[in-house]
Order: sequence, then C-alpha cells, then structure tokens
Amino acid sequence: MSVILECKSLTKKFGSTAALMDLNLTLERGRIIGLLGPNGSGKTTLIKLINGLLVPNEGSLKINGIEPGVESKKIVSYLPERTYLPDWMKVSDTINFFKDFYADFDEKKAYEMLKHLNLDANKRLKALSKGTKEKVQLILVMSRNADLYCLDEPIGGVDPAARDYILNTIITNYNENACVIISTHLIADIENVLDEVIFIKEGHLKLHASVDEIREKEGKSIDSLFREVFRC
Amino acid sequence: MQWELNTDKPVYLQLVEQIQAGIISGIYKAGDKLPSVRELATEATVSPNTMQRAMTELERHGLVYANRTSGRFITSDENLIKKLKKQHITEITRDYLDRMELLGLQLDETISFITEVSESNNNKNSV
Repeated sequence: MSVILECKSLTKKFGSTAALMDLNLTLERGRIIGLLGPNGSGKTTLIKLINGLLVPNEGSLKINGIEPGVESKKIVSYLPERTYLPDWMKVSDTINFFKDFYADFDEKKAYEMLKHLNLDANKRLKALSKGTKEKVQLILVMSRNADLYCLDEPIGGVDPAARDYILNTIITNYNENACVIISTHLIADIENVLDEVIFIKEGHLKLHASVDEIREKEGKSIDSLFREVFRC
Repeated sequence: MQWELNTDKPVYLQLVEQIQAGIISGIYKAGDKLPSVRELATEATVSPNTMQRAMTELERHGLVYANRTSGRFITSDENLIKKLKKQHITEITRDYLDRMELLGLQLDETISFITEVSESNNNKNSV
C-alpha cells in the first residue's frame, strides 16, 4: 500500500512550549485513522501542519511526497474545528464555493447527501442550527474526491444520532485510495470505525497501531487503553 | 441484521461471530447473496477494511464464497451449516456447564434444574 503522509522529526514550537516534538509518523492510503489525545496534546497542531496553516520549526512533513502548499491542498480535504463559512451564504452557495475552489469536488454527491438529510439547499446558513451547519460542512468536505481527509473533531458538538450519520457518511464515502484522519477525544464513540489509532501525549507520539491488534494483544478497548496511557 | 459490537474483542472477530450466528439462525440462508462490503460496513458502523477482513475469514472457513462477477454468497453446503450450528451449540453448552460447575452444581443437578426452569417457563407462557 502506498504512503500518503510522512512526518520526519516533525517539531512545532509556540515560543518555548513544544506543541509537537520530534514526531515520526507514516500513514498509508485506504485506512481510517483516529488521532487521539487529551486536550492540548497536539492533535490540532498536527492537522494544521498537514494543511499548511502552520509551518514546522524542524523536521519535515510530506503529503504524497510533496510539502504542504498549493499542490498538496488539491488532494487534502480539511474539516476544521470551527465553521468558517459566512452566515449569509445559502447552502447552495457553499456548494458553488467548493466547486470553484476544488477540482475534485463532486457536486452531485453533495446534493445527494443533502437530500438524504432532507436539507433545503436554498436555506441560508444563518437559519440552520449549529449541528446542521456542522453536517453541511462535513458534506462539503466529504464530497471531494481527495487522497487525504483531515477531520478535526467532527463529532464533538453533535447529538448521538448526528454522530451516527457522520460516521456513516465517512464509511460510505470511504475509498481504498484515500486515508481519513479523525481527531477526537470521544474514543468510545468511534473506535469500531477505526482501522488504526495514533496516541499523542504532550506533543509526543505514544502509540501507532491497528485497533484489532491492540484489542488482540491487550484484550481491552482503545478507550480503556487510552485511559491507562493518559491517566491524570 | 442487528449488529451488537462490544469494545474488548477485535472487531473483525465479532463480525465473523455475528454473521455466523446469522447463518445458524437462518437470517442468512444457504446460497443467499450477501450485501456488499460497503453496505454491511455502513450497517454495522465499522470500517470497510474490518468488514473485508471478516469476509476473508468467513471465506477461509468456507462459509462464504466470492463470485468474481456477481458478489458474495453464503455457502450452499447445508452440511457445513449444520456442522457450524452443532459446533456453536456445543460451545454454548460447554460454557454453561463450566459455569454451573463453578457454582458447585453436579451435572445431574444442572440437568434437573434445566427441566425445572423450562417447565415453569412453559407454564408462564400458557397462562
């Protein structure tokens, strides 16, 4: 299987605090990967580095062999923690917006998913609830035919039914050529969906292994292992 | 099919067990076509890779076979299904007997207890 993301001695500091320290990580295509760690462990920093929103102090990060930049953004689909789409836009505007920006955006797919949610594309974002807005954003991100999806806390603010919808959206859009990274601290909710997990703690990589491997070897859930590794 | 996954055991093993249980109980019948891996994965809310691994495992046991052009099917070998059912029942029974033994019951006590409980169940149902 081919490598989609490679980090070598990746280090990011904010002043004197290191948000990520000497991180070595290789991710392959075709996997759904959980990026797990407590608050402030460096999850979002890593995702921002992948998306070129932050620049590393030391080390390197390559997506499909290229450094973050215009070319990498063509193949990385990013769901940030916060929504950034202007409130005055209609849902259909956001779709046109994405269509303009990304050559790999599949408009038909986006409308299909909207229809599935009984969402009116003529509604303005302003008129949508917070949870619904998050779903719209996820639909936009998952409607791209990207090679790497980075979802930063996609299930943080939504109810259990919406969480199931989000996970199902990720599964139905899965393709073996792409890798999906999901950052979260709500592990129990998503661990059955994951192929692999990455634990980071205080900017260091603690563990990178397959979920079934961990369960086989440790005889416990990822959630219990997480509680053990990150006991306060 | 209703999927119930716990979090301690490898997911693919649980999928294998539940599909086996589905075959034994007749939810999936001999020769039935199975939904696609992606559909099954969505239904169970698991990664398609994990569902694929479960299918490979079931194929290895001969319970499921893949036809290159038309998808995946449950085996038509009724004997194999019978054998699986017997194996499954044996496991459950053995497990039950072990637990009764741990509680200090002799085999004949357990057997008379089973009779007692199933009779009182029948009475309850008929009332």
